[in-house]
Amino acid sequence: MASDTTTLAAPHHHPESLHEQFDTLEQQKDVAQFGMWIFLVTEIMFFGGLFGAYLIYRNLYYPAFVAGSNSISIVLGTINTAVLICSSLTMAMAVHSAAIGARKLLIFFLTATLLLGLVFLGIKGVEYHDKWVEHHVPGANFHFVDPERPGEAPVPADVASQTSIYFSLYFLMTGMHALHMCIGVGILLALIWKAYRGAFPPHHYTMIENFGLYWHFVDIIWIFLFPLLYLISRTPQMH
Amino acid sequence: MATTHGGHIVAPRIYVLIWAILIVFTGLTAWASFGDFGIFNPIIALLIAFTKASLVILFFMHVKYSPRMIALVIGCGLFFLSILMVLTTSDYITRHWVG
Repeated sequence: MASDTTTLAAPHHHPESLHEQFDTLEQQKDVAQFGMWIFLVTEIMFFGGLFGAYLIYRNLYYPAFVAGSNSISIVLGTINTAVLICSSLTMAMAVHSAAIGARKLLIFFLTATLLLGLVFLGIKGVEYHDKWVEHHVPGANFHFVDPERPGEAPVPADVASQTSIYFSLYFLMTGMHALHMCIGVGILLALIWKAYRGAFPPHHYTMIENFGLYWHFVDIIWIFLFPLLYLISRTPQMH
Repeated sequence: MATTHGGHIVAPRIYVLIWAILIVFTGLTAWASFGDFGIFNPIIALLIAFTKASLVILFFMHVKYSPRMIALVIGCGLFFLSILMVLTTSDYITRHWVG
C-alpha cells in the first residue's frame, strides 16, 4: 500500500466523477482525450484508404473524373461546406459552454449543432436524389449524359462509362461521411438529453469534449471531400 | 472555476475569427476552381484544404493548447497516412516502367 501515497495525497474535490485508477481529474481527462485521438487516427487510416483509391483512379481516368465532377452541384456543395463549418463553430461553443458551466448555453449550442447537422444531411439527400433522377447512380440504370450539354454526344463513350468509377467513389466517400454524420446526430441527441439532466458539470465534461473532437474530425473529412469531389476542374473542358 | 478540468479556456472571439477564416477559404477554393491554373488547380485546392484542416485541429480541437502527446499521436497518424499514399502511388506510376 506504500505506493498509494500519491493517490492518498491527491486532492479529491470531486470523488464521484474520478475513477479509482486515476490520481486526478486532469489525468483522467488527458487519458480519455488521448484514447479519443487514437480512435480518430484509426479513422484517418480508414478514410485514407478511400482517398488512396480516389487518387489512383483520378490519375487513371482524369477526363471522366472532370466530367463527373462537373455534373454535381457546386452550389449545394459550397452551401453544405459552410453549414458544416458553422456546425463546427457551434460545437466549439458547446464545449466552451460546458467548460464555464453554462448548462442552458450548452443545450442551446448542442441543439444548434444537431440542427445544422440535419440541414447538411438534408442537402446531401437532395444531391443524392438529383443523381438518382439523372441516372448517375452506378448500377444497372447508370447512364452518363453531361448535364452541361444534353442532347449531343458530350463525352466519348469510354469516358462516359468511366464516370461510373467517379460516381462509385463519390457515393462511397460522401456516404461514409454521411454515415459518420448520422452517428454524430444520434450521439448529439443523447448528449442533449444528458445535458438537460445536468450530467456535465464544469469539472467533468470529457464526453462533450471528446464528441467535439469527433464532430470536428468529420468536418475535416468534408473539408477534403469538397475540393476533391466537387472542384476537380470547373473550367470549360475540351472533350 | 473551469481550471479544475485542467483545460485551457479559449475565448469565443477566437472561435468566431477561425470560423470567419474558414468561410472565406471555402469561398476562395470554390472560386479558384473556375480559374485555369493548369497543374496548380489541385495544388491550390489542397493547400487551402490543409490550411482549413490545420485551423480546425489547432483551435476547434484545442491541439494548440493540449499536451504535446496529442500532437505526437496526430503526427504518427499522418506519417502512416503518407506511407499509404506514397507507396500505393509509387506502385501505380511505375508499373509501365517494366515489361
